[in-house]
Amino acid sequence: MIRPATLPLLSVIVFGLCSANADDGLLFNRDIRPLLSENCFACHGPDEHERKAKMRLDVRDGGAFEKRDGITAIIPGQPGESELMFRLTTEDKDEVMPPPKSGKKLKPAEIALIKKWIAAGAEYQGHWSFNKPIKPKVEPGLHPVDHFIDKKLATSSLKPATPAEAHTLIRRISLDLTGILPTPTEVDDFHMAYAKNPTAAIQTTTKRLLTSPRYGERMAAFWLDLVRYADSIGYHSDTNMDVYLYREWVINAFNANQPFDQFTREQIAGDLLPEASVEQKIASGYNRLLQTTEEGGAQAKEYITIYAADRVRNISGAWMGGTLGCAQCHDHKYDPYTSKDFYSMAAFFADIKENAVGKRAPGMPAATGQHKKRIADLDKKIAELTQATMVSSPEIKAAQIQWEQSVASSTKPALGKWHLIGPIPGGDPNKAFNTEFGPEKGINPKAVIAGKKWQERPDLADGKVHVLGSDANSAWYLYRTINASVATQLPLSLGSDDGIRVWLNGQEKLKKNTARGAAPDQEKMTLELRQGINHFLMKIVNHGGGGGFYFRADGNELPLNVVTALKVPSGERSEAQKKEIAQYYLGISPALADARTKIAAAEQEKAGLQKNLPRTLVSVSMKPRDIRILPRGNWLDDSGEIVQPAIPKFLGKLETGDKRATRIDLANWLISAENPMTARTFVNRLWKLFFGNGLAKNVNDLGSQGQWPSHPELLDWLAVEFVASGWNIQHIIELIVTSRAYSQSSHASPGLRERDPLNALLARQSRFRVDAEMVRDNALAFGAILTERLGGRSNKPYQPTGYWRHLNFPARKYAHDGGENQYRRALYTHWQRSFLHPSLLAFDAPSREECTAERPRSNTPLQALVLLNDITYVEAARAFAERIIREGGKDSKSRINWAMRIALSRNGNAQEVKLLGDLQASQQKRYIADEKSAAAFNTVGLRPPPKDIPAVELASWTTIARTILNLHETITRY
Amino acid sequence: MTSADLQINRRSFLNRSGFGIGSVALASLLNNELDAAPGSAEKWTGVIKKPHHPARAKRVIHLCMAGGPSHLETLDYKPELAKMNGKPMPQSFTKGQPIAQLQGQANKLKVLGPQHEFQNFGKSGQHISSILPQIGSVADDIAIVRSMVTEQINHDPAHTFMNTGTQISGRPSMGSWLLYGLGAEAEDLPGYVVLTSVGGGQNQPIAARQWHSGFLPSRFQGVPFHAKGDPVLYVTNPKGVSTDDQRSVVNTVNALNGIHNKTADDPEIAARIAQYEMAFKMQASVPGLMDVSKEPQHVLDLYGAKPGDGSFASNCLLARRLAERGVRFIQLYHRGWDHHGGIKNASKNTANLVDRGSAALVKDLKERGMLEDTLIIWGGEFGRTPMAQGNGRDHHIKGFSMWMAGGGIKGGTSHGATDELGYNSVQDIVHVRDLHATLLHLFGIDCRQFSHKFQGLDFRLTGVKPAHVIKPILA
Repeated sequence: MIRPATLPLLSVIVFGLCSANADDGLLFNRDIRPLLSENCFACHGPDEHERKAKMRLDVRDGGAFEKRDGITAIIPGQPGESELMFRLTTEDKDEVMPPPKSGKKLKPAEIALIKKWIAAGAEYQGHWSFNKPIKPKVEPGLHPVDHFIDKKLATSSLKPATPAEAHTLIRRISLDLTGILPTPTEVDDFHMAYAKNPTAAIQTTTKRLLTSPRYGERMAAFWLDLVRYADSIGYHSDTNMDVYLYREWVINAFNANQPFDQFTREQIAGDLLPEASVEQKIASGYNRLLQTTEEGGAQAKEYITIYAADRVRNISGAWMGGTLGCAQCHDHKYDPYTSKDFYSMAAFFADIKENAVGKRAPGMPAATGQHKKRIADLDKKIAELTQATMVSSPEIKAAQIQWEQSVASSTKPALGKWHLIGPIPGGDPNKAFNTEFGPEKGINPKAVIAGKKWQERPDLADGKVHVLGSDANSAWYLYRTINASVATQLPLSLGSDDGIRVWLNGQEKLKKNTARGAAPDQEKMTLELRQGINHFLMKIVNHGGGGGFYFRADGNELPLNVVTALKVPSGERSEAQKKEIAQYYLGISPALADARTKIAAAEQEKAGLQKNLPRTLVSVSMKPRDIRILPRGNWLDDSGEIVQPAIPKFLGKLETGDKRATRIDLANWLISAENPMTARTFVNRLWKLFFGNGLAKNVNDLGSQGQWPSHPELLDWLAVEFVASGWNIQHIIELIVTSRAYSQSSHASPGLRERDPLNALLARQSRFRVDAEMVRDNALAFGAILTERLGGRSNKPYQPTGYWRHLNFPARKYAHDGGENQYRRALYTHWQRSFLHPSLLAFDAPSREECTAERPRSNTPLQALVLLNDITYVEAARAFAERIIREGGKDSKSRINWAMRIALSRNGNAQEVKLLGDLQASQQKRYIADEKSAAAFNTVGLRPPPKDIPAVELASWTTIARTILNLHETITRY
Repeated sequence: MTSADLQINRRSFLNRSGFGIGSVALASLLNNELDAAPGSAEKWTGVIKKPHHPARAKRVIHLCMAGGPSHLETLDYKPELAKMNGKPMPQSFTKGQPIAQLQGQANKLKVLGPQHEFQNFGKSGQHISSILPQIGSVADDIAIVRSMVTEQINHDPAHTFMNTGTQISGRPSMGSWLLYGLGAEAEDLPGYVVLTSVGGGQNQPIAARQWHSGFLPSRFQGVPFHAKGDPVLYVTNPKGVSTDDQRSVVNTVNALNGIHNKTADDPEIAARIAQYEMAFKMQASVPGLMDVSKEPQHVLDLYGAKPGDGSFASNCLLARRLAERGVRFIQLYHRGWDHHGGIKNASKNTANLVDRGSAALVKDLKERGMLEDTLIIWGGEFGRTPMAQGNGRDHHIKGFSMWMAGGGIKGGTSHGATDELGYNSVQDIVHVRDLHATLLHLFGIDCRQFSHKFQGLDFRLTGVKPAHVIKPILA
């Protein structure tokens, strides 16, 4: 059915458009697909349940080209005969498309484009981001980034901006690569190098910054948003979870420039890799970062579903730049993801062991960082000492001969009678244990302690548990002599109720305060006895109930082979026998007692460390749960089919034979040459870090509804280059940062702003307020109070009282950290999902409940209140002021310029210096008149004010520092 | 113009510029988007420039009865339930239904009769529990909905559902939607304010996501005000810094930003300057706003408020003061309705804490002529089971009650009903999304035409399923 009446109007518009675009061609993916997707796909797209008239427009063979009831929606080359054109243009409310109730409407120019497309043959293309990227050619000698940007600019009337000023550029590079502003020296150095050779200066600086540990921290902040890293479980009670070693792993991975394919594999399936290292298991903590619940009354079955969906949303968002998560209840409306694809993706993670509801089981103990280093040191020490105890010497040999002679008679040391004093009250278990009541310093038989005297107790026979009394929080001392005919060893088995300390010859050999009942073998130790009388002292501390002890000396029983060898007269022993004796003697030689004690101590420390290692949530694989398709996402509905792990059907099939596909297979597919999405998604996000926007603006959706990239060829070139370089992240970063486009000025004239408000053409750099973390880190850096220590536990900076008042189960009080932990980079801030730290939140840090690819960049009064009044910034300003006073010179002008060089990398102009100078002078006056206020101002925060700077001077300069911290320029990346 | 229109305009604009037309005529259409993303020197006036139909309400006061008040002890009178007290709960009701803490007791469920008497109140004779006599006294001003249903049975997700229409985190709350759509009159206050109080039951946690702006720009998120400590985070000067000192700093910051702008030529700087002014104004105005001690005694008595006590009653009075100053969305959480045990006394205790304040708000606003354009919503994230959990009740999502007043609501009406035991909503069922549609409707917004693009999709407060305005309760 043709209604030619509508045609004349259209042709006018079409004519207008065609003439303007004669040389630009028409691309389905760029020009037509977005229109169809936005306006038609919801009913004529991939979702077969919602599909109307069995017609889909997202693919060529969806029925639009077939004649049905004499009507064909699209007839290539004949827009006038195509029903689609009639439906788009008719005035009839019942026939017009899109239907008015959808709220969608195509503009005349858009309809004209569709018409032009049909006229030109109605060519379809697969959605661009689902097509494998192909690397366009770049002439040798050209910088690939600039090549594509210039090519695009050439088609507009725009020219690239002039290069940014050197100080702006070094600030930009430093912030983008490390999140920390350059020092004045770094700025000066760059100035000089840049004047000589701009390209070389940028290259050198980039290389320098990429090797800074700060680089990994900066990149980690970006990645942790995507994978929704946090320190709390998220739902309801929002209790803590320990997975900070994963964060440390991410930082290390970036710093080591770990290839992105390996980076991917270790996070998704590190636990499944052959002979997985501790680090790889830590990386697999990725699968545990989701939100979980401990809410009483939560149904396990429901939460299993919620967790599965959470994981699909994240893998799809973080790696595929897509919205597969939208197919939970129905087939995707715009992209060819089906509901089955969604549940098949969920099935990859069905093997993750976890409680559906309730406390997370404590994670895997892992030695990394300081722990790892200490354990390695101890191992080395043990090895060295052990080596030393294997080597004999003339002295040892001489002593051995003596010993051989003495063992011929008897080696059994003689144990004297027990002497006991106590109970001695100590107040509490710790005091009773730690207080030296006297015997430690030497045995005085006449001593009276707390009214008690020493008693001889021959009745306390060895090898039995003895009750001493039931006095709580009290101590007893037991003393006896041990007479050894030769220096030798005496193994002991001890027990105590409760705490125990042991001294031999005045040296402490054992110290353990624990609560228990006495039993044999609770403590095993070997005494190194000297020849003659040895003094053995034992302290038993009772916490409550009955107190007592156990003592047994195991004697010095020689091994049979040694006894046999010793029985042979020394001149007649075989070489083997001599060796046996010598070896045995080395093991008990008093000359080596010190080394043996040290070994024992090192081993004890190592055992202690290993017992108290930090724990981190990791993936542990178990028999996979059944994953069903849930009709309309309803977890109570068990009617859906059980699915196996699989990638989205339209993207292919994993070849795993008859074996169930695993997370390794998923990871390998994500980083395979077949996968069109992963590399594009990642380089697009890298681009955003250095230009403020992605080449495809929707960094969270490269699907049908995402915008066509501003520079599709460049995006594809980078994506292919990324893979070809071995997924080398720093290689792509260097390419971007060394481009002319990167180093151009971000200044936009009003004309350019109007012409290209979103900076899609890149005829300038972008400018934007820095991320929340950088706002804090730099404020601390100005005052040189930033603690730079990589990795480790999360920290708690100052936070307003009562901010956690709504948390419960359990109710929690926030206690901020003291010492250097107070001043760590914001990346390490304790990330409480339900109540993210309010000053980070004010600057748009995400709660990390979901994958965040794009933080908003707001500009709000709350940000002003944070910078003006948060203790962190007031204290940072004072630390900054201290430096201004100490390092900035004597007069006000030089101090102001010094401060501006620190914060803004430039000197102030006359107006600026005057404004700040006047403010300082008036503040000086004001605080002279009110020294009490100056003193109060100077004591905000934990850091004590310096004694050598007058309070008024410090306060007045703190005001100047505060002012500078609040400047727009300070927190803006230009 | 809806945001969807904006998106289309922008898309067409970008497409044109991609073609090299170089048209600038459409650039102004981008302003809204550009304004919304970063800050703006201009006051936000919303993306809905012209209402879809005449608005009835200008502001919302949401009295959130957090924890899940039992409809059976408050607003839904069930004589049949009383007769069945102590008898086994018929399995026809409960089979295959989700339950929370009563999991695993499906065969032992017993009916718990209403624990309080109900009375007829007002000319309309609305049935309201005797533990809410003050609310009863405004019965002719309120519309009671007795057929609510929700989809989430645990507190945290149920609140998220009530606020955002979905259980998935990261979506905007209704207050953020409203602010995004319409802006707020308030000059020196946030457009969306949250106040909380406790008492009467276990204090279930409330996450900040309940008032978060989700994927909308963060300027639209709710700002919590506190009766104790800093009334707003960071609103108090550092110690040793006077108002004059702060003024000098803000003046100098703004002057320096102005100087910088001469060379930087950056619209964001104008916005920054405006935000510092606004911050300073907030510092000046908030403490006065939060100090209710100068309210006349009869007003304090009306609410039962004692200045600075942090009670729900005081928060109701603060809500009125915020409403007067042009705040668009005021949300009060009273965390005290989770009565798994001892519901008889506990529900009475909690009711005592909220009854007078809630009613006073209706009366006070009415007296000031503000009730007609202030929408009050009273209710929890779900209701409670007709079945006993010991001597309390478990969470329940298949039927519960709320009431609304003012802002285009017809007083003295009842809408919908649950079955004879108060288990299932059976008549004129109102889903949470219908509540959202009604809320938007009263502000002149058609929920279908009010969307925001995120991850390529048009997100609506009411989601993808059809939502219906509750017409019978509209005035």
